[in-house]
Amino acid sequence: MQNHASRAATFLKDDARTDWHNNTLWHVRSKRDKLVHGIPEWESIRQLGSDIKDNVLSNLDTYLEQFVAKAEANGVIVHWAVDAKEHNEIVHGILARHKVDKIVKSKSMLTEECHLNEHLEKHGIEVVDTDLGERIIQLKKEPPSHIVMPAIHLKKEEIGELFHEHLGTEKGASDPQYLTEAARGHLREKFLSAKAAITGVNFAVAETGGVVVCTNEGNADMGVHLAPVQIHCMGIEKVIPRAEHLAVFTRLLGRSATGQPITIYTSHHHRPKVGGEMHIVLVDNGRTKQLGREDFRNSLKCIRCGACMNTCPIYRRSGGHSYDHTIPGPIGSILSPGKDLKKNKDLPFASTLCGSCSDVCPVKIDIHEQLYKWRQIVSEEGHLENVKSIPLAGAGAVLSRGGLYNFMGKAARTALKIAPRALIYNQFNAWGQSRELPEVPKNSFKEWYAKNRKDA
Amino acid sequence: MPTAKEHILARVRANKPADRPLPDMPTYDAEVDLDLPLFTEVIGGSKGKVMAMEDLPGYLATNFPDAKVIASTVPEIPGNIDLAAVKDPLELALVDIAVLRGRFAVAENGAIWVTEKEAVIRVLPFITQHLVLVIDGGVVPTMHEAYKSIDIAETGFGVFIAGPSKTADIEQSLVIGAHGPRSLGVVFV
Repeated sequence: MQNHASRAATFLKDDARTDWHNNTLWHVRSKRDKLVHGIPEWESIRQLGSDIKDNVLSNLDTYLEQFVAKAEANGVIVHWAVDAKEHNEIVHGILARHKVDKIVKSKSMLTEECHLNEHLEKHGIEVVDTDLGERIIQLKKEPPSHIVMPAIHLKKEEIGELFHEHLGTEKGASDPQYLTEAARGHLREKFLSAKAAITGVNFAVAETGGVVVCTNEGNADMGVHLAPVQIHCMGIEKVIPRAEHLAVFTRLLGRSATGQPITIYTSHHHRPKVGGEMHIVLVDNGRTKQLGREDFRNSLKCIRCGACMNTCPIYRRSGGHSYDHTIPGPIGSILSPGKDLKKNKDLPFASTLCGSCSDVCPVKIDIHEQLYKWRQIVSEEGHLENVKSIPLAGAGAVLSRGGLYNFMGKAARTALKIAPRALIYNQFNAWGQSRELPEVPKNSFKEWYAKNRKDA
Repeated sequence: MPTAKEHILARVRANKPADRPLPDMPTYDAEVDLDLPLFTEVIGGSKGKVMAMEDLPGYLATNFPDAKVIASTVPEIPGNIDLAAVKDPLELALVDIAVLRGRFAVAENGAIWVTEKEAVIRVLPFITQHLVLVIDGGVVPTMHEAYKSIDIAETGFGVFIAGPSKTADIEQSLVIGAHGPRSLGVVFV
């Protein structure tokens, strides 16, 4: 059966790509550091972001009611969806009512989570993702491998090949400027002919009933302002109390995500355009369940910047697809077990627990601590794979008995010296496949200490 | 049977943690004298260009000699399209240059506040090939002062614009002009 380790092994077969992926994401992390260090109050803004989100989670019902009342007063049509299925049906219902057969979409991790595209396509609606990275992976029929840089796993030559096939660019052309220009022309046609536009939501303001959408390309705005019907899909945790709090989150988001002082466009949508219709779909899909888990509810504070991915030594060297989940990387690994523990039992282990993710998180989510807690739950509920559970049971038995520990230590030191190499470095020992044991010492530290202490 | 709304709100009430206070918003000391130089530097980093009003006609003539359709709400630059007569935003598909007003700018990140009052038609600052924003409200230090000085719901749509449209989705190579404007000029009056 495939798991994170086996999918990572596939990614790692291409050394050059792995190194490029690793270095490129680290470069983004470095850009983030440079900008963050330029702001003396950075740590206090992070704390504010975290505290505001704590307040939101503890009053989520009140803020949602306030938000909806304001939005409806603004002339927005608000919908509630308990799960992905309801969300997809609501969106399809709106499109069907308007007889829409072509839509444009800007980036939304929520609609990825709900598999909205597949649902709409099943009903004969053409769905065009308009963020360049999203369009690339849509043409390639792949899920995003990063929440901010969806096509970061692909090289420009592969994108050139893809565009040659689908957009008629010159064969062999791989210049990013040329390819982007081709996509611009191709997508402009789609913008001009779409009858509805769908976006995700970065922040929803309870006080004013508006939604805020951040992009660099301007694709969300091109879609929303041209199409007669605009639909904004959001998880219920995206609401924030007041407009002044946007200052905190817009300062945190761009710098944490890509090391830029703010996204090029920070758009505030409050009322439909003249002659247009504006919808907001509020989605639960497991969020209220996560809210009830004391150890894990902090994961709902996430603003989807992707900083934890860019810094993670495992993500950088295993690629987003190795997580096989809508949201990969450290934050995905604490969200996914809450959705389906059995399917995602391997993900909390796709980490060194080094804590770098928690250090860069703009809203101070204790990501690595939650990873550790999920590991304990995976183990308690009996989902641990044999490759982990059997050695751990053995280690537990040995470590709890002092005499046995001393004996096993001695036995191991002798055995490792005389045993054939194949006994440790074989296909059954995953650990040994990419690691070397240190040279075996003559005696244990305990023995060394007893001897040298006497000599002193 | 409860509606989805009732169902979700009931679950939130059952599962939410004990109340946590909303923090007070602090004020940070910013060097106000530095605002304009800082803005110019930051917007430059995002490939926006600050210039004086008297240099704007020359800038447009030199950089966009082939521009045919010009939308302008600024008297110094005469446009050739009547924005008041536009019925459908699709009519703006061929705009080469838009010269519009911006309310004010933010020093720390190069952002400029533009509402649909200044944009006239919401899609205009996005669909135009090149954009110039003429700002009469000066520069504030950070987003804290920015959000304090506006009512985001005053109009149906408002946007902070912090440069020309850009993408780096192909191998993280920066390309200017993803979907929206390929350039941004900024004038303070």
